[in-house]
Amino acid sequence: MAQRLSRDDVLHVARLARLELSDEEVDRFTGQLAAVLEHAADVAALDTSGVPPTAHPLPLENVLRDDLVRPSLDRAEVLREAPDVEDGRFKVPPILGHAP
Amino acid sequence: MTAHALAAAVRSGERRAREVVESHLEAIEAREGDVHAFNTVLTAEALGQADEVDRRVAAGEDPGPLAGVPVALKDNICTRGIATTCSSRILKGWRPPYDATVVTRLREAGAVLIGKTNMDEFAMGSSTENSAFGPTRNPHDLSKVAGGSSGGSAAAVAAGFAGAALGSDTGGSIRQPASLCGVVGVKPTYGLVSRYGLVAYASSLDQIGPLTKTVADAALVLGVIGGHDPMDSTSIEESRRRPRLTEILAEGVDGLRIGVIGELTGDADPDVLARVVAAGNALEAAGAKVEEVAVPAAAYGLSAYYLIAPAEASSNLARYDGVRYGLRVDGADVNEMYARTRSAGFGAEVKRRIMLGTYALSAGYYDAYYGHAQRVRTLILREFEAAYEQFDVLLSPASPSTAFPIGAKTDDPLAMYLMDVCTIPSNLTGHPAMSVPYGRGDDGLPVGIQVLAPALGEPVMFRVAAALEASLQ
Repeated sequence: MAQRLSRDDVLHVARLARLELSDEEVDRFTGQLAAVLEHAADVAALDTSGVPPTAHPLPLENVLRDDLVRPSLDRAEVLREAPDVEDGRFKVPPILGHAP
Repeated sequence: MTAHALAAAVRSGERRAREVVESHLEAIEAREGDVHAFNTVLTAEALGQADEVDRRVAAGEDPGPLAGVPVALKDNICTRGIATTCSSRILKGWRPPYDATVVTRLREAGAVLIGKTNMDEFAMGSSTENSAFGPTRNPHDLSKVAGGSSGGSAAAVAAGFAGAALGSDTGGSIRQPASLCGVVGVKPTYGLVSRYGLVAYASSLDQIGPLTKTVADAALVLGVIGGHDPMDSTSIEESRRRPRLTEILAEGVDGLRIGVIGELTGDADPDVLARVVAAGNALEAAGAKVEEVAVPAAAYGLSAYYLIAPAEASSNLARYDGVRYGLRVDGADVNEMYARTRSAGFGAEVKRRIMLGTYALSAGYYDAYYGHAQRVRTLILREFEAAYEQFDVLLSPASPSTAFPIGAKTDDPLAMYLMDVCTIPSNLTGHPAMSVPYGRGDDGLPVGIQVLAPALGEPVMFRVAAALEASLQ
């Protein structure tokens, strides 16, 4: 298992997860997440060499259906719940920044 | 009154559905201020649905097996046009544009939707204290938690606010609150009940199931909500289903082989342990053969779960980005908007699990954490399958303790996670398990016995649960 989780690890993971944390949250999460990971380290004692991973409890093959046109969600009902819309579409802040 | 009795009275015309719903609304009026089981009570909608049931009875039609039964839904089950919040600020006020499949099936069966119940935010928690809207209190003792994450659903049934409720169970979130509130709670075989319209937490573990007053009621509700759904690609094909549960409950347990799982029993409180011993004795007296069984890998379920579930959650909860629904906090560009929205919208436990999962999946740690946990999941599955070659069902406590005081574990996430130690293995294996009320602990609060069965073993699981229930009467 990896070494003890650091404050920098927490900041890095927060950026990956698109979370802005206060200094107090960073401190608190560093200790709490390290404690959970240390508890989880008990599974390292198990020999899993040659054991395949289980991602899912059912032995599923691909599930296919006929590609037929059918009704989908009502557009007005969906857009009614969006924070911002324009011309029947979702509207978001600039992605690439403003023109100079 | 049980759901069975309510539906029978309404179908026969002995009681009007409106009168049934009004009596439950009165119970809510009297005690909901103390218990806080609901995020939304659907007073007007429920009375309207009740009138429709009454109209059908008067017209000589059969309104269905749950005619007039008030059913409470956990607030992560989508209801068209009715707020579905997951007890999170990020979804406050969100009205889904569709009904979950289980909601459609309940409506078709004549059930009346009476409200949406409080829960730990996004089903992450074991006490319903992680709700953005305040905790649910245990109806048996208001200073204690109701368990979680389906604490509102368990409390609603225990307090007589609903004839039955639905919850969701990812690591014990139906069974543990059922145990703490003294009601029956079932996590069905993974794939038996459609997840279409259930807000996802950890998709390979999540399963919807009933919380009810009796074992027979749980069988009745599961019969209504279960079955293949083309809208859920992990839904089990109809051809693999077994006999109707409501018809086999009285078959008894004579000759059944029942194993008490040592690893999930040893760390329970002594008063809980005493109830497990009493349950084993009762089943033996009813003709079953009861022995202790070792399932060593079960002890590692908690660790595997707290890597796998957060990993899946970190991916599933990426969708809350302020674009299509829910909260948005504006920012100069889209990345700033995402981060501000998510930081303001999610509570501490949800942030913790997203962080944990993101870390477990990140470059350099993936194999040591997530990959290893998935291989441990295989070992747990193999050991349970081996145990089921010797035993028809397994037994353990549903929770290592009775309900604990509100606030007792909120500052220590690991202590809270340990409340799920008995229930987690069945989610990792996909097997069914249920909690049955079996007396009380030293503090006078309910104790639940967990009955575990192999995949699609609901019939034998329900027979054992019914025998336990009968042994108390």
